[in-house]
Amino acid sequence: MDSIVVVSGLEKTYASGHRALKTVDLTIRRGEIFALLGPNGAGKTTLIGIICGLVRPTAGTVTVGGHDIVRDYRAARSRIGLVPQELATDMFERVWDTVSFSRGLFGKPRDPALVESVLRDLSLWDKRDTKIAALSGGMKRRVLIAKALSHEPDILFLDEPTAGVDVELRRDMWAMVRRLRERGVTIILTTHYIEEAEEMADRIGVIAQGEIILVEEKAALMAELGQTRASIGLTRPLAALPAELAGLPLALSADGQTLSLTIKGASAEAEAGVADLVRRLSALGLDFKAIDVSRSSLEDIFVDLVGKRS
Amino acid sequence: MNVYAVRAIYLFELHRTWRTLLQSIATPVISTALYFVVFGAAIGARMTAVEGIGYGAFIVPGLIMLTLLSESMSNASFGIYMPRFTGTIYEVLSAPVSVLEVLLGYVGAAVTKSVILGLIILATARLFVPFGVLHPVAMIAMLVLISLSFSLFGFILGVWADGFEKLQIMPMMVVTPLTFLGGTFYSIDMLPPFWQGVALFNPVVYLVSAFRWTFFGIADVNVGLSVAMMAAFMALCIGIIVWIFRTGYRLRN
Repeated sequence: MDSIVVVSGLEKTYASGHRALKTVDLTIRRGEIFALLGPNGAGKTTLIGIICGLVRPTAGTVTVGGHDIVRDYRAARSRIGLVPQELATDMFERVWDTVSFSRGLFGKPRDPALVESVLRDLSLWDKRDTKIAALSGGMKRRVLIAKALSHEPDILFLDEPTAGVDVELRRDMWAMVRRLRERGVTIILTTHYIEEAEEMADRIGVIAQGEIILVEEKAALMAELGQTRASIGLTRPLAALPAELAGLPLALSADGQTLSLTIKGASAEAEAGVADLVRRLSALGLDFKAIDVSRSSLEDIFVDLVGKRS
Repeated sequence: MNVYAVRAIYLFELHRTWRTLLQSIATPVISTALYFVVFGAAIGARMTAVEGIGYGAFIVPGLIMLTLLSESMSNASFGIYMPRFTGTIYEVLSAPVSVLEVLLGYVGAAVTKSVILGLIILATARLFVPFGVLHPVAMIAMLVLISLSFSLFGFILGVWADGFEKLQIMPMMVVTPLTFLGGTFYSIDMLPPFWQGVALFNPVVYLVSAFRWTFFGIADVNVGLSVAMMAAFMALCIGIIVWIFRTGYRLRN
């Protein structure tokens, strides 16, 4: 495994006494899309802030591409592109100028061809001479992404990139994230839209109350912690669960019309379980009119995980 | 040395000046011209010469100094305060730049602007009153040195301020009074003895005196002492800025 960001023993206590991070250890692999999930105030932005140089850690170390973020900050920071959560932009600058400024700030010589391609990728080319103040919120978000990509970073941090963004931009943004990954860029994102993390991420980290409570391959996480629910609408209501079905993870609704089966674990086993139940129902001569099978989402898993802790 | 970053910040700041050309250049020129009309022509005509120099000419160095101090401070403080206010400072803080590079960019641009402004005011003054510059090289050097010191001071102010009011308060409440009382419109020899002593505690007296010396070869206080005071002030400002970046004061949590 080739790691690109290594966080070890990281702690942060703000001057107010608030402990935003309590001993965080985390390793990000080169080239992956890592989604950091957590409720508001969990420490996501603090963690990203420390890695990017905006927040000073109280204890612990971070290396980026092998470079310590404090001792060797130049080498570490020049590899990172950051898209912050807030729409912080200059108002009176033109799009082209502000993106070129970012490139220079990160120590890269002028490269109009590259800036052009970044702007085109983000559908900003037509707006290159527009003052930022005249852009919509979604366009400003694109400008922030363009600024972060202007110096060709190896690692891109996206802090809530899709908050308050319309459907079209979200789709464009995820297309861009995929393209970047194909080029070998490592992407670390936080999002409130957990279905997006479910769709995009290779690995998921969950942070709550300043601690990383879980880091897992998305597929493994979904398999381990996911569950399948099947609801079977019966033709004739049942007074009680038949003895033949005892031992299965079954529940009968109060009106006796719906059987609910809940199976934890990977989807293949769960599907076999549902098929098995259907066969048994047929054998018992219990007729049914509808079957609805659903798989729990990452969101359910997340709510469950975070809920247990609070 | 991240030369590209220095250039990016420097040009960004000068570009801001260019965009706001009217406020940046025209306003101080107009207000200085008014001073010359009122103090130089109208009142100055009735004043006796100070130490052999016509009153109109005598006030030129002080007036340049008045604008130079306030403009250096407001440019540099605004330059760093605005990104803090809008939140765009995140980019500078996350960039691979050192304190020195940040200063070269922000303060360098403020100094450039102040020096250009000083020279424009000098040229404007020349339209109203005749005078010569005895030590032109020293005059330019002084212009740069003083702009630099007060731009550094302005940078500190811009980091310290947490509102637009605070940004205004130092120039208005401290620097303008000190400049007016610092011998801009008079020689401190003209003050009663007690106030002459008090005036020596006013740092601006040393600046105006030394700057006037480069024009006319006369000084209220020893020129060497003035330069030493400027160097001490600049060293203090640099020390504070290094401390700011080391501790992250008001920049990094």
